[in-house]
Amino acid sequence: MAEFKKAESTLEWFDQRLGVTNLYKVMMSEYWIPKKINFLWAMGVILVMLFKILLISGIFLLMYYKPDVNLAFDSVNYTIMQEVGYGWLMRHIHAVGASVVFLIIYIHMFTGIYYGSYKKGREMIWISGMLLFVLFSAEGFSGYMLPWGQMSYWAAYVITEIFGGIPFIGDELVVWIRGNFYVSDATLTRFFMLHVLLIPLAILGAIAFHFYALRFPHVNNEDGEFFDFDEEAEKYLAGNKKESKVVPFWPVFLSKDFMVLGFFMIFFFYLVFYHYSFAMDAINFDKADGLKTPAHIYPEWYFLWSYEVLRGFFFDIAGISGKDLGLIAFAIANGIFLVFPWLDRSPLVKPANQRPYFKYWFWLLIADLIVLTIYGKLPPTGVNAWVGFFSSMTFLILFALLPVITKMEAKKVGGE
Amino acid sequence: MKEMRILATIVALVLVTYYGIEPYAHHIMHPEPKAADYSFSDLKNVKKVKGNAASGKALVEANCVACHSIESAGFAKMMPDADAAASYGVVPPDLSTAGKIYETNYLANFIYDPVTASHLSHKYSAESGKTHPMPSYNWMSSQEIMDIVAYLQQVAATVKVEVDDEATIEEQLKAQHRATFIDACGRCHSMAYAGWSALTPSDTLKAHMGAAAPDLSQYIKSRGEHYLHSFINDPQQLLHGTSMPRVGLTEEAQEDVITYMEEIGDSKKADRESLGWKVILYMLVFALLALAWKKEIWKDVH
Repeated sequence: MAEFKKAESTLEWFDQRLGVTNLYKVMMSEYWIPKKINFLWAMGVILVMLFKILLISGIFLLMYYKPDVNLAFDSVNYTIMQEVGYGWLMRHIHAVGASVVFLIIYIHMFTGIYYGSYKKGREMIWISGMLLFVLFSAEGFSGYMLPWGQMSYWAAYVITEIFGGIPFIGDELVVWIRGNFYVSDATLTRFFMLHVLLIPLAILGAIAFHFYALRFPHVNNEDGEFFDFDEEAEKYLAGNKKESKVVPFWPVFLSKDFMVLGFFMIFFFYLVFYHYSFAMDAINFDKADGLKTPAHIYPEWYFLWSYEVLRGFFFDIAGISGKDLGLIAFAIANGIFLVFPWLDRSPLVKPANQRPYFKYWFWLLIADLIVLTIYGKLPPTGVNAWVGFFSSMTFLILFALLPVITKMEAKKVGGE
Repeated sequence: MKEMRILATIVALVLVTYYGIEPYAHHIMHPEPKAADYSFSDLKNVKKVKGNAASGKALVEANCVACHSIESAGFAKMMPDADAAASYGVVPPDLSTAGKIYETNYLANFIYDPVTASHLSHKYSAESGKTHPMPSYNWMSSQEIMDIVAYLQQVAATVKVEVDDEATIEEQLKAQHRATFIDACGRCHSMAYAGWSALTPSDTLKAHMGAAAPDLSQYIKSRGEHYLHSFINDPQQLLHGTSMPRVGLTEEAQEDVITYMEEIGDSKKADRESLGWKVILYMLVFALLALAWKKEIWKDVH
């Protein structure tokens, strides 16, 4: 056992045992972040905050929620919303938080794409981030079932049905996921387990992984500039704070994040109290009824773009059924972002507007995703079906073209 | 400033998307319903005929009280609700407040021909073999029918909602809303979150009307006030083929019903609206302090 001399102060006492001074340096005061950043760099901290809010409000909801098809609806809409003190507040915060967290995830993700923060050493940051996106999607989907309203039931029905399209094992897989031949009590209880235990655990792990992945390649900056972090850190520590290209995580970086967070929270609570219906669909205030199909079934807004890619192929092409084509396109849409760093063949790490070809690609993608999202909710009839088809095709073509145009870009800027 | 440009771009993209998936999508999926018509202008206007309550009383005693109770006028129920439901298909309403909650012209037309007035000809037709529990009084003259209406209105004017002596104005209003709800909707619909069970047993109603009447506890949320106003006024317009009759409520009675649905279904609305701005104000103070702190910290590094 190591020798301990008597500690002179409480800090030293803890330092001897836990190395808190070093920990503080590594995690806070000497964790270096580039100085040239804008408010988009605060999205990570906002996401951490939203995750905390979801976790805490979720814990409170868990105290009264009952995962049983006969009790779930009333435990949410009566017990929590009306009987328990501030239960309604917790539910509003949880529902709005779950929706807004995806808005911020998308902003965070497309910030990464815009500034090229996924390549040249930052691949693991990107992959861990996409892993979080997948986990949050699963968390959102499983949570949406819990209030056991009409849309809970039918969205779960439609989305679990998708797995039936997987060759050979599809039908068995659907039964395995649902725990029954249809969406039932067994489905509710297992989704409950996933929502409150397994997926949150995985998310906690993935968040730790995402943060860890940031430490070696470092956070990107507004210009995509590469520089020696150690050198810049030395400058900062020597007192040349203005000249140094970096700032410490605490207090400098976080002071800016807290400010952005503060303004964001005004918006968040405005939604929670006065504009929550986008996150709490009216149809979900009708109790689930397996015999009564709603006129319009749609997932939550953050799944609409990929749902529309699934629906976009509504006719057979070359002997392959529209359903299968949709499923293939849907699988591509959900997997393609994961390999983004390898589809971009250009060595440039620059904001998109400084990249000769990528800038068009980027804004086309954004436009296409918005069209997909909007048409993903509208009934897929008449001209809407065709808009869905062409925007789904556009999505696939854009990704097929990405390696080509970035290769061309690499050639064009090669001499620079 | 560059950051403002970025923010403006993001806000614009979010608003376009929001517009598409909320207001626009709702507009496409749920076309704007016709505004409620509280004069029931499709029915024959008989309001110009002035009714005589005294002769109405005699007509009511001769024609109505065999099936209907009028408890405030001393005509008690003939049998328990479940038996009444079994005999007629649905519990006949007590008429104490009929003269108040039903619009005058509608009430007259309903007595004259219930199926036409309530827009239920698809349920009570020769093909369905079903007849409305209330017979048509189309053999009566307009004068006689208006006499009945006048009497019912006279009775209704004397009805007071029973409340505790110590009840606050708010509690009195709530009791009023509840009473109207029970008279207008409560024979068929339950309101579980307010402990109200429909007078007509669900199975009996389903056998008679072809569909069970839904519990209305959360209808203020699932349908919304706007939809409910049009729907209650004329259900067929929004849900073609529904078993729900047009009940002919006055604007005032319908307002009571919807307010009651909100009091039960969205009971925390007042709390929500009064707490909201305080939390927002708190966050505003936080944001401004954070802004000041950020400026303080960053002045050394810029």
